[in-house]
Amino acid sequence: MPQRQVSYREAISEAIKEEMARDDRVFLMGEDVGILGGAFGGTRGIYAMFGGERVLDTPISETAIVGFALGAAMAGMRPIVEIMRVDWMTICMDEIVNQTAKMRYLSGGHPEVSLVIRAAAEGGIGLGGQHSQSFEAWFAHVPGLKVVMPSTPYDAKGLLKSAVRDPNPVIFLEPGVLYGVSGPVPEEEYVIPLGEAEVKREGKDVTIVAWGTLLPKTMNAAQTLAEEGIDVEVIDPRTLRPLDIDTIVDSVKKTGKLIVAHEAMKTCGVGAEIAALVQERAFDHLDAPIQRVATPDIIIPVNRSLERFVLPQETTIVETVKSIV
Amino acid sequence: MPLTKEVLLDMYRRMLTIRHFEEGITELSKQGLIPGTGHVSIGEEAVAVGSCSALEEKDYLISTHRAHGHLLARGADIKVILAEVLGKATGCTGGKGGSMHLSDFSQHILGTNGIVGAGINIAGGVGLAIKMRQTGQVCLGFFGDGATNRGTFHEGLNLAGVWKVPTVFVCTNNQYGLSMPQCKACANIDISARASAYNMPGYRVDGTDVIAVYEAVKSAVTRARRGDGPSLVEAVCYRLRGHSMRMDQMPGGSDYRPKGEVEDWAAKKDPLKIFRQKLKELGYLTDKAAEQIDAECQKLFDDAADFALNSPEPKPESAFQWIYAQEGVK
Repeated sequence: MPQRQVSYREAISEAIKEEMARDDRVFLMGEDVGILGGAFGGTRGIYAMFGGERVLDTPISETAIVGFALGAAMAGMRPIVEIMRVDWMTICMDEIVNQTAKMRYLSGGHPEVSLVIRAAAEGGIGLGGQHSQSFEAWFAHVPGLKVVMPSTPYDAKGLLKSAVRDPNPVIFLEPGVLYGVSGPVPEEEYVIPLGEAEVKREGKDVTIVAWGTLLPKTMNAAQTLAEEGIDVEVIDPRTLRPLDIDTIVDSVKKTGKLIVAHEAMKTCGVGAEIAALVQERAFDHLDAPIQRVATPDIIIPVNRSLERFVLPQETTIVETVKSIV
Repeated sequence: MPLTKEVLLDMYRRMLTIRHFEEGITELSKQGLIPGTGHVSIGEEAVAVGSCSALEEKDYLISTHRAHGHLLARGADIKVILAEVLGKATGCTGGKGGSMHLSDFSQHILGTNGIVGAGINIAGGVGLAIKMRQTGQVCLGFFGDGATNRGTFHEGLNLAGVWKVPTVFVCTNNQYGLSMPQCKACANIDISARASAYNMPGYRVDGTDVIAVYEAVKSAVTRARRGDGPSLVEAVCYRLRGHSMRMDQMPGGSDYRPKGEVEDWAAKKDPLKIFRQKLKELGYLTDKAAEQIDAECQKLFDDAADFALNSPEPKPESAFQWIYAQEGVK
């Protein structure tokens, strides 16, 4: 029987519905998550199923959204929060970084702060400088948080269910351009553990670690390169904190070459961290300098051709591979 | 709760315990025994004790960086709190949080906070959880006048008002945000007036009168428990010490107030003096009994100091404890 095809946004809403049905401590709050079903459609149908007592539309008050969710979590609830875009998580950084991430440590290990903060991330749809960024590195820098960024509907559903069940705060970033992309998602229930990378394509010539929008672009690039006889291994870390560095290092030991591809800015991106970790742990296995494919340090422009020009594309990946193979 | 002689004397004891605790740690700080700093609430004891006396055992508390008094008023173990202020292994976070991060989850004290205004939303969220679970509890959230000019005050009180959560917001208006006088920081010095913007009752009470504070907070708690939503109580008092123990020890660290202002408030509006006088007038307290209570409260601190000073330092590896809760699907 052919597998059921489900869009990324449907995978998200399925995960939330299943977890809300499973655990009555789980509830949903954020701007426009209720009757509308989310500005990007990630919570469609949930209000109709669970009603206004467990699906809370909020005013435009990011500090209150995360602060209230934290308070509720400290009193034993398990909120799923939507901040519409990762760009706007800057508005509630105190609540995320100083409060949520540190609450357990600064309370003598007492509360389990089981709190998921979802947000759309990355650009590619012409939304401009304040609606197109990708801040996974900001949150990966903070002990106390977990950071998840799935690139397929299957991963999104399985990882979101694990995030909701995790006794720690989880930042869950959803690449905006992928919401409408469909992929196989089984009918039966499954979860994917946080902190496990997946080898999305096996190869022997070069390892590419990619996530978010860059994962499908990398898979396409790998196909193009295969036709030219270059055998690419593609790894999606899926969780950026904790990072499954072992899977990456094992791959580099096999291929001897590493490229990290992400849409976030190059400077101080997670790619820099992965490059540092790999040279610490597999320096003798490297046959070429580690390369990063990333957005140059720029403010994302709205104009379609300008945006396409600054964001890394499939061709950028192909060219980078050829420069070291 | 009728304010019987026993109840009032217990409130007096708690206020005096806070005073001795904070005078005591000020001395320990001068001796270099306290890591970092700490913010004492001398002059604000009536707000702590009056507010906490209006709560039931099952109710929650969220507080600020200036919270020793709130913890002690609520009944947290003075030894554990002092050990935490001293950064010892026996403190409530094993010496990792210090004076600004005090908690006692067994008493529903969910923690204090190093960021001004951050606790307001958290207190609202605790109220949301109470409302969703229909447990009949109330959450009391303390903050200062300084916090009322942060966006979190507006966002938090508005959302609490929209959702009618059972949270009582208690603003200790001690008239200074560090060196900034409240009259220069707030366009309208009447903070309680803002309650109408959030569709909740606002109370403005004399924060040096423990009974006035109790009565206002009690009304607010009763309303919250009835399911009618939040209230804002502004208790006006005066911070008789500087912003922090460390700043008070800095040359010029407390020179920002007009000459004589502190002395004037200390002479006329010291909440302990006022309450002691009231108890004497009621015939509940004699000079001799007052001396005895004073000695007993001092002994509580001395015993706590003995415990805390002789407590072990935390083990180095404990620094890595509690960053994450145990993995695993529940």
